[in-house]
Amino acid sequence: MNNSDNANHADPAIYSHPTRLTGAETLWATLVGEGVRDVFGYPGGAILPAYDALRKFPLRHILVRHEQGAAHMADGYARASGRVGVAVATSGPGATNMVTGIANAMMDSIPLVCITGQVSSTVLGTDAFQEVDITGITLPITKHNYLIHRAEDIAPAIREAFLIAKSGRPGPVLIDITKNAQQASAIFDFAAAAPAAYRPHPMLRADASSIRDAAELLRSAKRPVILAGHGILQSNAMEQVRALAERMQIPVACTLLGLGAFPASHPLNLGMMGMHGESWVNQAIQQSDLLLACGMRFDDRVTGSLATYALQAKKIHIEIDPSEIGKNVPVDVALIGDLKEVLEVLLPALPKIKSSEWLQAIDAMKGDAAVRDIQNLPDDGHLYAAHVMHDLWHATSGNAIIATDVGQHQMWEAQYYKHEHPRTLITSGGLGTMGFALPAAIGAKIACPDKEVWVIAGDGGFQMTSPELATIAQEKIKVNLAVINNGYLGMVRQWQERFYDKNYECTPLLSPDFVKLAGAHGIAGATARKRPEAVSAIEAARKHDGAFLIDFRVEQEDSVYPMVPAGAALHEMIRRPKSDPLKNNQRRNPLVETASDV
Amino acid sequence: MLHTFVALVENKPGVLTRVASLFRRLNINITSLTVGESERSGVSRMTIVAEAAVDRAHRIMASLYKLENVLEVDDVGRHSAVVRELAIVKVAAGPKTRAHLFELAKVFHARIVDLAPESLMLEITGGASKIEGLVQVLVESDYQILEMARTGRMAMRRGQHTSRVLDALREVPATSESTLAGKPKHTALGKVSTEGHA
Repeated sequence: MNNSDNANHADPAIYSHPTRLTGAETLWATLVGEGVRDVFGYPGGAILPAYDALRKFPLRHILVRHEQGAAHMADGYARASGRVGVAVATSGPGATNMVTGIANAMMDSIPLVCITGQVSSTVLGTDAFQEVDITGITLPITKHNYLIHRAEDIAPAIREAFLIAKSGRPGPVLIDITKNAQQASAIFDFAAAAPAAYRPHPMLRADASSIRDAAELLRSAKRPVILAGHGILQSNAMEQVRALAERMQIPVACTLLGLGAFPASHPLNLGMMGMHGESWVNQAIQQSDLLLACGMRFDDRVTGSLATYALQAKKIHIEIDPSEIGKNVPVDVALIGDLKEVLEVLLPALPKIKSSEWLQAIDAMKGDAAVRDIQNLPDDGHLYAAHVMHDLWHATSGNAIIATDVGQHQMWEAQYYKHEHPRTLITSGGLGTMGFALPAAIGAKIACPDKEVWVIAGDGGFQMTSPELATIAQEKIKVNLAVINNGYLGMVRQWQERFYDKNYECTPLLSPDFVKLAGAHGIAGATARKRPEAVSAIEAARKHDGAFLIDFRVEQEDSVYPMVPAGAALHEMIRRPKSDPLKNNQRRNPLVETASDV
Repeated sequence: MLHTFVALVENKPGVLTRVASLFRRLNINITSLTVGESERSGVSRMTIVAEAAVDRAHRIMASLYKLENVLEVDDVGRHSAVVRELAIVKVAAGPKTRAHLFELAKVFHARIVDLAPESLMLEITGGASKIEGLVQVLVESDYQILEMARTGRMAMRRGQHTSRVLDALREVPATSESTLAGKPKHTALGKVSTEGHA
């Protein structure tokens, strides 16, 4: 139920005058005091006292259909807005259902505050109904967590949780509050509950001599590349990275989560690096003599084999988390601190460079890549996922917020939807969570109601969280949904094709009619089997007043290229085929009609 | 190699689990872990001894600091430090065999802390090798060790490298070397605690 029209707001005076409140009231009052306007949740026994008090506060509560959805929505909300996302669940299964969403946020350093109800402290540890040790379970997947059993501890814990979630390297914080703490009362003193100043990591270090060393390496480099990561968005350092790149004419390669941190159309933007990066991007990294890593962590998906990774390159690593330094790749200079602050100190020490032979050399590496690109192949009557991404990008002028799941469609999106602006790609990077896109898009739309928001999900992942369609309907949320339906768990099938002798074990997928499924929720939809149908369906979705789902029936055995096989060197990639992308694939999912049958 | 870390942590429920769980997550076996009160109220002192590759010390320290309840970490294994352990050993011994054990105790600077008709208890403190030396002699002399308890190692750097001194260093104005805008304090502290790891 949408509570935004509640007239019964808590008296603003409670923030200036210490007032006796129940723990339940304290919970919401503290969230409101921290600037929260929207929470994603699901009620249940141990959190009922809190829900009973919810109506008194100016908060919009989005009722989810599964608590994993609540955590992903809060995650999408945080990624789209940069604010802390809040998810609420009850004890036991409510709490454990959030675990995947919390782990997802932890892997991608997303600031969340998750509130769970807990059985009363009098029965804690007795295996009471719906009791689970959620602080124990989430210990390795939260930045910090709390078990609160006294009403007077609620406000300080929540205020500290917000500080921890958004400070340093951000992350999720969980607060488990016993039922009797919600029912008890205590003096609510918002100001007195303020936490001590955040303690920055004591091993931060970006002193003058390290800055000098970095500047010297940059000055003498002939073939430098900037590796642009998620940290640029987290630190809000877009301008500084751009200034550095332009000042020294250094090309920029983005990680998946770094897409949007540097404008896609910028002449210095090479594109995405890594396992499914374009060939010239990975070649440039492998031939580089200096990598300037900005807020990225040399994940295995971007390095390929570490034994052969950028062997000629010196490495400068600018990173806020000292435990990331030297974790995967040894570095020559580590500047450990906030990226924006470090770059602001580093920039004045760097000379201006007008032109660079290196950029021309990289241009030459592009070679026949353009010829191989499916966008440049003649329309053969088939619908390829890459077409869908391209047409979506074209129709939205690259300005929409896109939430993706994990797998082939995610990589095609990353390749063909050119992100100009930060916080426009919302995707599960580190954990690789199927089912993320739909709830994350709901969160993004709540955070940015004026933005156009699209879900792009595969037919597999979409079914993991498709009950949230009901949330869209109940909350009247305008998001557009693109299901990239190829009848397979596509990325797994691709690996089976390449590395398991085409043994398509358990990857063919029989799915419901997604348009009818949407219809059952009162959501409009259309099916697209050919490219012209895709284009008109996208237009129809954009014009439609409410949510709109498009079932794109794309080629079933299409694969994402280029591809660096796991464990191979970054430059040893499988290129795109030169002509018919599917000429080696005859088999079709026997369970599903194919686009070419129609 | 064997790493020895001293960590000052908040004395709150669950902090031991957080620290122990970190080592589990990093797939590092803890050789010994001792916890007790420190010179500061509300702050416990842990000595953690763990077997890990030489180059992992930096990441272990950095990861420990990411735990919100961890206040200070010191890699004491890299410095001159006093490392001590206490063991109590119950040995089967009747009236005829006691005398020899009294002599052994004297040689090892151990104390007899309990004497029963059929056993006696030895208390010994020192480095691990001293304790293991006593155990070896007992076994080789055909004594039956009925029970043994060891505390695990406690460590403290020699000289003035106490947490109180670190606190004092934090108050020193940042030098011109540490120029990161707005955060000279952290940079200065970073230099202290990363000493020897750069």
